[in-house]
Amino acid sequence: MAGINLDTDNSAVGSEIKSLAESMLRQLELGDLSKAVALVNNLNEVRDRTLYNEIGRLTRALHEAIKNLRVDSVGAGSEIDNASDKLAYVLEMTDKSANRTMDLADAGMPLATDIHDRASALSAEWQRFLNKELKPDEFRALTKDINQFLIDSANQSQRLQGQLSDIVLAQDFQDLTGQVIHKVAALVTDVESRLVQLVAMAGNVDSITGIVHADLETAEKPTEGANIAAEGPQINKSSEDVVASQDDVDDLLSSLGF
Amino acid sequence: MKILIVDDFSTMRRIVKNLLRDLGFTNTQEADDGTTALPMLQNGDFDFLVTDWNMPGMTGLDLLKKVRADDRLKSLPVLMVTAEAKRDQIVAAAQAGVNGYVVKPFTAAVLKEKIDKIFERVEG
Repeated sequence: MAGINLDTDNSAVGSEIKSLAESMLRQLELGDLSKAVALVNNLNEVRDRTLYNEIGRLTRALHEAIKNLRVDSVGAGSEIDNASDKLAYVLEMTDKSANRTMDLADAGMPLATDIHDRASALSAEWQRFLNKELKPDEFRALTKDINQFLIDSANQSQRLQGQLSDIVLAQDFQDLTGQVIHKVAALVTDVESRLVQLVAMAGNVDSITGIVHADLETAEKPTEGANIAAEGPQINKSSEDVVASQDDVDDLLSSLGF
Repeated sequence: MKILIVDDFSTMRRIVKNLLRDLGFTNTQEADDGTTALPMLQNGDFDFLVTDWNMPGMTGLDLLKKVRADDRLKSLPVLMVTAEAKRDQIVAAAQAGVNGYVVKPFTAAVLKEKIDKIFERVEG
Protein backbone atom coordinates (compact mmCIF):
# COMPACT_ATOMS: atom_id res chain seq x y z
CA MET A 1 0.00 0.00 0.00
CA ALA A 2 1.47 3.36 -0.99
CA GLY A 3 2.31 5.41 2.05
CA ILE A 4 2.60 9.13 1.76
CA ASN A 5 5.71 11.00 2.61
CA LEU A 6 5.52 14.74 2.38
CA ASP A 7 9.21 15.08 3.17
CA THR A 8 10.54 13.16 0.17
CA ASP A 9 11.65 16.14 -1.87
CA ASN A 10 12.15 18.57 0.94
CA SER A 11 15.93 18.42 0.98
CA ALA A 12 16.15 18.87 -2.79
CA VAL A 13 13.66 21.75 -2.67
CA GLY A 14 15.50 23.23 0.31
CA SER A 15 18.86 23.25 -1.44
CA GLU A 16 17.28 24.71 -4.57
CA ILE A 17 15.73 27.53 -2.55
CA LYS A 18 18.98 28.03 -0.71
CA SER A 19 21.04 28.35 -3.89
CA LEU A 20 18.46 30.74 -5.38
CA ALA A 21 18.49 32.85 -2.22
CA GLU A 22 22.28 32.93 -2.17
CA SER A 23 22.55 34.02 -5.77
CA MET A 24 19.83 36.61 -5.11
CA LEU A 25 21.88 37.94 -2.20
CA ARG A 26 24.96 38.03 -4.45
CA GLN A 27 23.07 39.98 -7.12
CA LEU A 28 21.86 42.45 -4.47
CA GLU A 29 25.43 42.91 -3.22
CA LEU A 30 26.52 43.48 -6.81
CA GLY A 31 23.73 46.07 -7.07
CA ASP A 32 21.86 44.24 -9.88
CA LEU A 33 18.28 44.77 -8.68
CA SER A 34 16.52 43.49 -11.83
CA LYS A 35 18.36 40.14 -11.64
CA ALA A 36 17.54 39.92 -7.93
CA VAL A 37 13.82 40.51 -8.65
CA ALA A 38 13.95 37.83 -11.38
CA LEU A 39 15.36 35.44 -8.77
CA VAL A 40 12.41 36.26 -6.45
CA ASN A 41 10.14 35.09 -9.27
CA ASN A 42 12.22 31.90 -9.54
CA LEU A 43 11.72 31.36 -5.82
CA ASN A 44 7.96 31.73 -6.29
CA GLU A 45 8.07 29.16 -9.07
CA VAL A 46 9.86 26.67 -6.84
CA ARG A 47 7.19 27.14 -4.17
CA ASP A 48 4.36 26.67 -6.70
CA ARG A 49 6.04 23.64 -8.24
CA THR A 50 6.46 22.04 -4.80
CA LEU A 51 2.81 22.65 -4.02
CA TYR A 52 1.68 21.13 -7.32
CA ASN A 53 3.91 18.13 -6.78
CA GLU A 54 2.51 17.59 -3.32
CA ILE A 55 -1.04 17.89 -4.55
CA GLY A 56 -0.31 15.44 -7.35
CA ARG A 57 1.20 12.95 -4.96
CA LEU A 58 -1.64 13.34 -2.46
CA THR A 59 -4.23 12.88 -5.17
CA ARG A 60 -2.60 9.62 -6.21
CA ALA A 61 -2.33 8.43 -2.60
CA LEU A 62 -5.92 9.41 -1.89
CA HIS A 63 -7.04 7.50 -4.94
CA GLU A 64 -5.08 4.50 -3.70
CA ALA A 65 -6.68 4.73 -0.25
CA ILE A 66 -10.17 4.89 -1.73
CA LYS A 67 -9.36 1.89 -3.91
CA ASN A 68 -8.13 0.00 -0.83
CA LEU A 69 -11.32 0.80 1.02
CA ARG A 70 -13.01 -1.19 -1.71
CA VAL A 71 -16.35 0.27 -2.55
CA ASP A 72 -17.60 -3.30 -2.98
CA SER A 73 -17.25 -3.81 0.78
CA VAL A 74 -20.67 -2.19 1.23
CA GLY A 75 -24.03 -2.97 -0.36
CA ALA A 76 -25.75 -6.20 -1.39
CA GLY A 77 -23.48 -9.25 -1.77
CA SER A 78 -20.52 -7.37 -0.26
CA GLU A 79 -18.26 -8.26 2.68
CA ILE A 80 -20.40 -6.15 5.02
CA ASP A 81 -23.61 -7.68 3.73
CA ASN A 82 -22.00 -11.09 4.21
CA ALA A 83 -21.01 -10.17 7.75
CA SER A 84 -24.61 -9.18 8.56
CA ASP A 85 -25.76 -12.59 7.32
CA LYS A 86 -23.11 -14.23 9.46
CA LEU A 87 -24.25 -12.34 12.53
CA ALA A 88 -27.85 -13.33 11.79
CA TYR A 89 -26.61 -16.92 11.77
CA VAL A 90 -25.05 -16.37 15.22
CA LEU A 91 -28.35 -15.02 16.49
CA GLU A 92 -30.21 -18.01 15.07
CA MET A 93 -27.74 -20.52 16.53
CA THR A 94 -27.76 -19.00 20.02
CA ASP A 95 -31.55 -18.78 19.96
CA LYS A 96 -31.86 -22.43 18.93
CA SER A 97 -29.38 -23.55 21.55
CA ALA A 98 -31.04 -21.55 24.34
CA ASN A 99 -34.43 -23.02 23.50
CA ARG A 100 -33.07 -26.56 23.15
CA THR A 101 -31.36 -26.24 26.55
CA MET A 102 -34.53 -24.92 28.17
CA ASP A 103 -36.63 -27.69 26.56
CA LEU A 104 -34.30 -30.32 27.99
CA ALA A 105 -34.23 -28.69 31.42
CA ASP A 106 -38.04 -28.40 31.40
CA ALA A 107 -38.31 -32.10 30.51
CA GLY A 108 -35.78 -33.14 33.16
CA MET A 109 -37.04 -31.10 36.09
CA PRO A 110 -40.24 -33.13 36.74
CA LEU A 111 -38.17 -36.34 36.73
CA ALA A 112 -35.80 -34.95 39.36
CA THR A 113 -38.73 -33.59 41.38
CA ASP A 114 -40.44 -36.99 41.29
CA ILE A 115 -37.29 -38.84 42.42
CA HIS A 116 -36.83 -36.33 45.22
CA ASP A 117 -40.43 -36.45 46.45
CA ARG A 118 -40.67 -40.23 46.44
CA ALA A 119 -37.23 -40.68 48.04
CA SER A 120 -38.24 -38.29 50.84
CA ALA A 121 -41.51 -40.14 51.42
CA LEU A 122 -39.82 -43.53 51.41
CA SER A 123 -37.10 -42.27 53.72
CA ALA A 124 -39.74 -41.20 56.24
CA GLU A 125 -41.42 -44.59 56.02
CA TRP A 126 -38.06 -46.34 56.31
CA GLN A 127 -37.35 -44.42 59.53
CA ARG A 128 -40.68 -45.67 60.90
CA PHE A 129 -39.62 -49.21 59.96
CA LEU A 130 -36.26 -48.79 61.74
CA ASN A 131 -38.14 -47.49 64.77
CA LYS A 132 -40.28 -50.62 64.55
CA GLU A 133 -43.42 -48.53 64.12
CA LEU A 134 -44.65 -50.30 60.99
CA LYS A 135 -47.46 -52.80 60.96
CA PRO A 136 -46.85 -55.93 58.83
CA ASP A 137 -49.19 -54.83 56.02
CA GLU A 138 -47.61 -51.35 56.04
CA PHE A 139 -44.22 -53.02 55.72
CA ARG A 140 -45.45 -55.09 52.77
CA ALA A 141 -46.68 -51.91 51.09
CA LEU A 142 -43.34 -50.24 51.82
CA THR A 143 -41.31 -53.05 50.21
CA LYS A 144 -43.54 -52.81 47.13
CA ASP A 145 -43.08 -49.02 47.01
CA ILE A 146 -39.32 -49.34 47.44
CA ASN A 147 -39.17 -51.90 44.66
CA GLN A 148 -41.16 -49.66 42.31
CA PHE A 149 -39.11 -46.64 43.30
CA LEU A 150 -35.83 -48.41 42.56
CA ILE A 151 -37.08 -49.43 39.12
CA ASP A 152 -38.45 -45.94 38.36
CA SER A 153 -35.45 -44.01 39.69
CA ALA A 154 -33.04 -46.14 37.65
CA ASN A 155 -35.13 -45.35 34.60
CA GLN A 156 -35.64 -41.66 35.39
CA SER A 157 -32.01 -41.01 36.30
CA GLN A 158 -30.98 -42.60 33.03
CA ARG A 159 -33.30 -40.23 31.16
CA LEU A 160 -31.90 -37.31 33.19
CA GLN A 161 -28.40 -38.39 32.26
CA GLY A 162 -29.37 -38.34 28.58
CA GLN A 163 -30.97 -34.90 28.92
CA LEU A 164 -27.91 -33.49 30.71
CA SER A 165 -25.58 -34.80 28.03
CA ASP A 166 -27.89 -33.32 25.36
CA ILE A 167 -27.69 -30.00 27.21
CA VAL A 168 -23.91 -30.20 26.99
CA LEU A 169 -24.17 -30.97 23.27
CA ALA A 170 -26.49 -27.99 22.77
CA GLN A 171 -23.55 -25.74 23.72
CA ASP A 172 -21.74 -26.64 20.47
CA PHE A 173 -22.97 -23.30 19.08
CA GLN A 174 -20.16 -21.60 21.02
CA ASP A 175 -17.54 -23.08 18.72
CA LEU A 176 -19.45 -22.32 15.51
CA THR A 177 -20.59 -18.83 16.46
CA GLY A 178 -17.15 -18.09 17.91
CA GLN A 179 -15.54 -18.75 14.53
CA VAL A 180 -18.08 -16.53 12.78
CA ILE A 181 -17.65 -13.73 15.32
CA HIS A 182 -13.86 -13.88 14.93
CA LYS A 183 -14.26 -13.51 11.17
CA VAL A 184 -16.62 -10.57 11.46
CA ALA A 185 -14.37 -8.90 14.04
CA ALA A 186 -11.40 -9.29 11.68
CA LEU A 187 -13.41 -7.70 8.87
CA VAL A 188 -14.40 -4.76 11.07
CA THR A 189 -10.77 -4.21 12.08
CA ASP A 190 -9.69 -4.39 8.45
CA VAL A 191 -12.32 -1.91 7.26
CA GLU A 192 -11.46 0.35 10.18
CA SER A 193 -7.76 0.49 9.31
CA ARG A 194 -8.60 1.25 5.67
CA LEU A 195 -10.92 4.04 6.81
CA VAL A 196 -8.23 5.43 9.10
CA GLN A 197 -5.86 5.57 6.14
CA LEU A 198 -8.44 7.42 4.12
CA VAL A 199 -9.03 9.91 6.91
CA ALA A 200 -5.28 10.44 7.36
CA MET A 201 -5.01 11.08 3.63
CA ALA A 202 -7.86 13.57 3.69
CA GLY A 203 -6.16 15.29 6.62
CA ASN A 204 -2.96 15.68 4.57
CA VAL A 205 -4.89 17.14 1.66
CA ASP A 206 -6.46 19.61 4.09
CA SER A 207 -3.14 20.63 5.60
CA ILE A 208 -1.46 21.13 2.19
CA THR A 209 -4.34 23.10 0.75
CA GLY A 210 -5.08 24.92 3.98
CA ILE A 211 -8.72 23.82 4.14
CA VAL A 212 -10.26 24.21 7.59
CA HIS A 213 -13.48 22.38 8.42
CA ALA A 214 -15.13 24.81 10.77
CA ASP A 215 -18.22 22.63 11.07
CA LEU A 216 -16.19 19.80 12.62
CA GLU A 217 -15.14 21.99 15.52
CA THR A 218 -18.61 23.30 16.19
CA ALA A 219 -20.41 20.01 15.54
CA GLU A 220 -22.98 19.74 18.25
CA LYS A 221 -22.27 17.23 20.94
CA PRO A 222 -25.21 15.17 22.21
CA THR A 223 -26.67 16.95 25.18
CA GLU A 224 -25.84 15.01 28.29
CA GLY A 225 -28.82 13.54 30.11
CA ALA A 226 -31.39 15.15 27.85
CA ASN A 227 -32.44 11.80 26.47
CA ILE A 228 -31.54 8.56 28.20
CA ALA A 229 -31.21 5.93 25.51
CA ALA A 230 -30.88 2.18 25.77
CA GLU A 231 -27.30 1.04 25.16
CA GLY A 232 -27.35 -2.70 25.74
CA PRO A 233 -24.89 -4.58 27.95
CA GLN A 234 -21.90 -2.61 29.22
CA ILE A 235 -18.73 -4.47 28.27
CA ASN A 236 -16.44 -2.39 30.45
CA LYS A 237 -17.81 -2.92 33.95
CA SER A 238 -14.96 -1.02 35.59
CA SER A 239 -16.11 2.32 34.19
CA GLU A 240 -17.14 4.89 36.79
CA ASP A 241 -20.62 5.50 35.42
CA VAL A 242 -21.50 1.81 35.15
CA VAL A 243 -22.75 -0.35 38.01
CA ALA A 244 -20.66 -3.50 38.52
CA SER A 245 -23.32 -5.66 40.12
CA GLN A 246 -26.87 -5.93 41.39
CA ASP A 247 -25.56 -4.77 44.78
CA ASP A 248 -24.46 -1.49 43.19
CA VAL A 249 -27.92 -1.09 41.68
CA ASP A 250 -29.51 -1.69 45.08
CA ASP A 251 -27.16 0.80 46.75
CA LEU A 252 -27.87 3.43 44.11
CA LEU A 253 -31.62 2.94 44.40
CA SER A 254 -31.54 3.04 48.18
CA SER A 255 -29.55 6.28 48.00
CA LEU A 256 -32.47 7.61 45.95
CA GLY A 257 -34.88 6.65 48.71
CA PHE A 258 -36.01 3.25 47.44
CA MET B 1 -51.82 -12.56 40.21
CA LYS B 2 -51.67 -11.80 36.50
CA ILE B 3 -48.24 -10.80 35.18
CA LEU B 4 -47.14 -9.37 31.82
CA ILE B 5 -43.58 -10.17 30.70
CA VAL B 6 -42.16 -7.80 28.07
CA ASP B 7 -38.88 -8.61 26.29
CA ASP B 8 -37.92 -8.70 22.61
CA PHE B 9 -36.00 -11.98 23.06
CA SER B 10 -38.23 -15.01 23.39
CA THR B 11 -35.56 -16.91 25.32
CA MET B 12 -35.42 -14.20 27.98
CA ARG B 13 -39.24 -14.16 28.20
CA ARG B 14 -39.12 -17.90 28.69
CA ILE B 15 -36.48 -17.67 31.42
CA VAL B 16 -38.45 -15.02 33.31
CA LYS B 17 -41.66 -16.99 32.81
CA ASN B 18 -40.07 -20.18 34.17
CA LEU B 19 -38.62 -18.37 37.17
CA LEU B 20 -41.99 -16.77 37.92
CA ARG B 21 -43.63 -20.18 37.61
CA ASP B 22 -41.14 -21.59 40.12
CA LEU B 23 -42.06 -18.74 42.44
CA GLY B 24 -45.70 -19.76 42.14
CA PHE B 25 -46.86 -17.19 39.58
CA THR B 26 -48.43 -19.23 36.81
CA ASN B 27 -50.74 -16.64 35.24
CA THR B 28 -48.35 -14.87 32.86
CA GLN B 29 -48.62 -13.36 29.41
CA GLU B 30 -45.92 -12.14 27.06
CA ALA B 31 -45.30 -9.17 24.75
CA ASP B 32 -42.24 -8.44 22.62
CA ASP B 33 -42.07 -4.67 23.04
CA GLY B 34 -43.81 -1.65 24.55
CA THR B 35 -46.03 -1.08 21.55
CA THR B 36 -47.57 -4.53 21.92
CA ALA B 37 -47.54 -4.42 25.71
CA LEU B 38 -49.37 -1.13 26.28
CA PRO B 39 -52.74 -2.14 24.76
CA MET B 40 -52.51 -5.48 26.58
CA LEU B 41 -52.04 -3.62 29.85
CA GLN B 42 -54.88 -1.21 29.07
CA ASN B 43 -57.31 -4.01 28.20
CA GLY B 44 -56.36 -6.75 30.62
CA ASP B 45 -56.38 -6.54 34.40
CA PHE B 46 -52.65 -7.13 34.96
CA ASP B 47 -51.31 -6.95 38.52
CA PHE B 48 -47.64 -6.74 37.71
CA LEU B 49 -45.35 -5.77 34.83
CA VAL B 50 -41.87 -7.18 34.22
CA THR B 51 -40.15 -5.38 31.35
CA ASP B 52 -36.84 -5.21 29.53
CA TRP B 53 -35.51 -1.76 28.59
CA ASN B 54 -33.82 -2.10 25.19
CA MET B 55 -36.49 -3.16 22.69
CA PRO B 56 -37.39 -2.12 19.15
CA GLY B 57 -40.59 -0.13 18.78
CA MET B 58 -41.31 1.20 22.26
CA THR B 59 -38.56 0.78 24.88
CA GLY B 60 -39.22 -0.34 28.43
CA LEU B 61 -38.53 3.15 29.79
CA ASP B 62 -41.09 4.69 27.44
CA LEU B 63 -43.56 1.95 28.37
CA LEU B 64 -42.97 2.74 32.05
CA LYS B 65 -43.62 6.45 31.40
CA LYS B 66 -46.81 5.64 29.48
CA VAL B 67 -47.98 3.39 32.31
CA ARG B 68 -47.35 6.09 34.91
CA ALA B 69 -49.16 8.64 32.74
CA ASP B 70 -52.23 6.41 32.37
CA ASP B 71 -54.81 7.00 35.10
CA ARG B 72 -55.90 3.40 35.27
CA LEU B 73 -52.37 1.94 35.14
CA LYS B 74 -50.36 4.45 37.11
CA SER B 75 -50.17 2.38 40.30
CA LEU B 76 -49.21 -0.85 38.50
CA PRO B 77 -46.00 -2.27 40.04
CA VAL B 78 -43.22 -2.37 37.43
CA LEU B 79 -40.00 -4.38 37.65
CA MET B 80 -37.33 -3.61 35.09
CA VAL B 81 -35.09 -6.54 34.13
CA THR B 82 -32.44 -5.19 31.80
CA ALA B 83 -28.82 -5.21 30.65
CA GLU B 84 -28.74 -1.40 30.92
CA ALA B 85 -26.23 -0.79 33.70
CA LYS B 86 -25.29 2.89 33.63
CA ARG B 87 -25.93 4.92 36.74
CA ASP B 88 -27.69 7.63 34.71
CA GLN B 89 -30.05 5.03 33.30
CA ILE B 90 -30.93 3.58 36.69
CA VAL B 91 -31.56 7.07 38.05
CA ALA B 92 -33.76 7.83 35.00
CA ALA B 93 -35.77 4.64 35.56
CA ALA B 94 -36.17 5.53 39.23
CA GLN B 95 -37.35 9.01 38.32
CA ALA B 96 -39.81 7.54 35.83
CA GLY B 97 -41.31 5.56 38.70
CA VAL B 98 -39.92 2.04 38.45
CA ASN B 99 -40.58 -0.20 41.48
CA GLY B 100 -37.55 -2.45 41.10
CA TYR B 101 -34.47 -2.75 38.87
CA VAL B 102 -32.64 -6.00 38.11
CA VAL B 103 -29.55 -6.01 35.89
CA LYS B 104 -28.94 -8.93 33.55
CA PRO B 105 -27.47 -11.44 33.95
CA PHE B 106 -29.41 -12.14 37.12
CA THR B 107 -30.13 -15.09 39.39
CA ALA B 108 -33.44 -16.63 40.44
CA ALA B 109 -32.72 -15.49 44.00
CA VAL B 110 -32.33 -11.84 42.97
CA LEU B 111 -35.53 -11.90 40.93
CA LYS B 112 -37.44 -13.45 43.83
CA GLU B 113 -36.02 -10.94 46.32
CA LYS B 114 -37.03 -7.95 44.19
CA ILE B 115 -40.50 -9.30 43.51
CA ASP B 116 -41.06 -10.05 47.20
CA LYS B 117 -39.86 -6.56 48.10
CA ILE B 118 -42.17 -4.90 45.60
CA PHE B 119 -45.24 -6.74 46.88
CA GLU B 120 -44.25 -6.15 50.47
CA ARG B 121 -44.22 -2.42 49.75
CA VAL B 122 -47.34 -2.44 47.59
CA GLU B 123 -49.33 -4.34 50.20
CA GLY B 124 -47.76 -2.67 53.23
